[in-house]
Amino acid sequence: MKLLEHEGKEILKARGVAVPPAGGVITKTAQLAAAMKRAGKAPWVIKAQVLAGGRGKAGGIKLAKTPKEAKELAAKMIGMDLVTHQTHGQAIKVKEVFIEGGVKIERELYFSVVMDRKNAGPTIIASAQGGMEIETLAEEHPEQIIRMPVDPNVGLRDFAARRLAFQLDIPATHTGEFVKTAKALVKAFIDLDCSMLEINPLILTPKSVAALDCKMTTDDNAAYRHPELAKFKDHEASALELEAKKYDISYVGLDGTIGCMVNGAGLAMGTMDTIALAGGSPANFLDVGGGANEERVTRALNIILKDKKVKAILINIFGGIVKCDMIAAGVVAALKKIKLKVPLVVRLQGTNVEAGKEILKNSGLPIIAADELWDAAQKAVAAAKGN
Amino acid sequence: MSIILDKDSKIVVQGFTGSQGTFHSKQCIDYGTQIVAGVTPGRGGQTHLDRPVFNTVHDAVRNTGAFVSMILVPAPFAADSIMEAVDAGCSVIVCITEGIPVLDMAKVKRYIQQAERSGREITLIGPNCPGVITPGQCKLGIMPGFIHKPGRIGVVSRSGTLTYEAVDQLTKRGLGQSTVVGIGGDPINGSSHADILAKFEADPATDAVVMIGEIGGSGEEEAARYFKEKMTKPVFGFIAGKAAPEGRRMGHAGAIVEGGAGTHASKIKAMREAGITVIENLSEIGETVAKARRPLAA
Repeated sequence: MKLLEHEGKEILKARGVAVPPAGGVITKTAQLAAAMKRAGKAPWVIKAQVLAGGRGKAGGIKLAKTPKEAKELAAKMIGMDLVTHQTHGQAIKVKEVFIEGGVKIERELYFSVVMDRKNAGPTIIASAQGGMEIETLAEEHPEQIIRMPVDPNVGLRDFAARRLAFQLDIPATHTGEFVKTAKALVKAFIDLDCSMLEINPLILTPKSVAALDCKMTTDDNAAYRHPELAKFKDHEASALELEAKKYDISYVGLDGTIGCMVNGAGLAMGTMDTIALAGGSPANFLDVGGGANEERVTRALNIILKDKKVKAILINIFGGIVKCDMIAAGVVAALKKIKLKVPLVVRLQGTNVEAGKEILKNSGLPIIAADELWDAAQKAVAAAKGN
Repeated sequence: MSIILDKDSKIVVQGFTGSQGTFHSKQCIDYGTQIVAGVTPGRGGQTHLDRPVFNTVHDAVRNTGAFVSMILVPAPFAADSIMEAVDAGCSVIVCITEGIPVLDMAKVKRYIQQAERSGREITLIGPNCPGVITPGQCKLGIMPGFIHKPGRIGVVSRSGTLTYEAVDQLTKRGLGQSTVVGIGGDPINGSSHADILAKFEADPATDAVVMIGEIGGSGEEEAARYFKEKMTKPVFGFIAGKAAPEGRRMGHAGAIVEGGAGTHASKIKAMREAGITVIENLSEIGETVAKARRPLAA
């Protein structure tokens, strides 16, 4: 799950990482004065709370020197459509803005911890060049990026943090604070089962080291052991995706017109690709899971049908442990409850496939059957185009 | 010959008496797999599926000579189970369990590396995988046995049902498999595509390999590099996730394109440049391999 900046900072502050004075999150300008008071003296920083990097350049971070200016800027930012280089051309509506007290910045650094597949564990990525996007930095100045693997059983040792401080050219006056902050950030990463914790920039103030921004992503697989994170909402998932998750169905909404129901994540992706190759566009990724039965098939169909863009549905099941006849019975039962107004293509393969096909055929329902995936994809594409 | 497992592999199942453990162990036994023991803490001394149950993997290994473990325990306990199997001396560990926290796997990796520094060789397959099957000899996992057929094509994949799809296409065209390995869909796992390619390269019973990857990570790019530098046998590659948007996780924890890395395009490019035969259409895996094999078969 991805946390918003203010949520991540709240967590870090409680763990001893210095952050600018927080005035809180507001959704209306009427709440601004109180938030500014909490944040302290001028200037104030107004920051759009969206899950995308590159907010500054896109107008999602503004500095206000006077209350009047703050009010104008906040009024403009709340409700604005933000397009940054990380939003893939789509606009994100700003619902909340975060008010912070301004701090004096002497230097900006880049600091992040990621779960690195290659090193099979956490790795610190740091650079003396802060504020820049790390992708750009990696392209333009790869020599300025420091990578330091961390043992997940130990965390960041003092000597390693000191070494990092020297590599980043931190002045002697700030080395102690930097070591403390770097260790606290790595500890937060490990303690909270993060997959990413990015502080860009990590700043040196005249007397301290502080996190000016925070992007935190936690591992969904580890959610069961983090009740302290349960209060945070999943801001990224759509209402439909959250509903699917409740039923343990893995669903991601897309822009296309062909709804897909598949068992297994890899085959679900492969089915989307096949639809695209056949000239269509998938409306979603949906992994109905290993235990696909009538109830799950019904729920999955309901979720797919809530997407009004869907013009046809393709069910692709490879029966392994799941038996095709069970799936077929599930589809038939589901269709008796759901009035289907779009064409449905079903492709079954694997365990008990013949029995499954018989059930579909004898149901009298207008199901378009297909044997092979390519055939199924072509039929679904044709059906979605109204042919 | 084959890789990882054969008819002589003696296996202990961790999580043997649970519902998943019971169901899948029975399927494996019916296939002819030599499951010789099970482990469920607190149920030592009992008999389940006509096999002895032990409290610890150590007891099972000492009493039965098992050197392979299959793990079917719930995610919160699975990492500890892998380390128990390592400590008990197992050299092959197949972990089926899905949903293990990534940090736990990072710790498992270090644990295995430590054991390997003392000269042991340990092959961990998974987690979050369908398992390993050497058709006609040994099925260790949750895959349907009947779609497979003994033969000379090796298969390695990050996904479950996608592998079944590929295997089914091969079998229907008369192309049997030497061993089929599901390495799992998690960001940190036991064996990589390159690790398994190396095993197939060394296996006299394997003539060619089908490698099925997906978006996310750089495992396929590393496998392409391995292929170019070390491999003599032909490899056919397919990558799922071309139609997936960046930044969204596609079911598997490992299937996500982040910061422009791990894209479908970069994997296809790496495979093509290395000389791997790239298959763009999932439906054409069987046909592509069959066409390439025909002149050899004649």
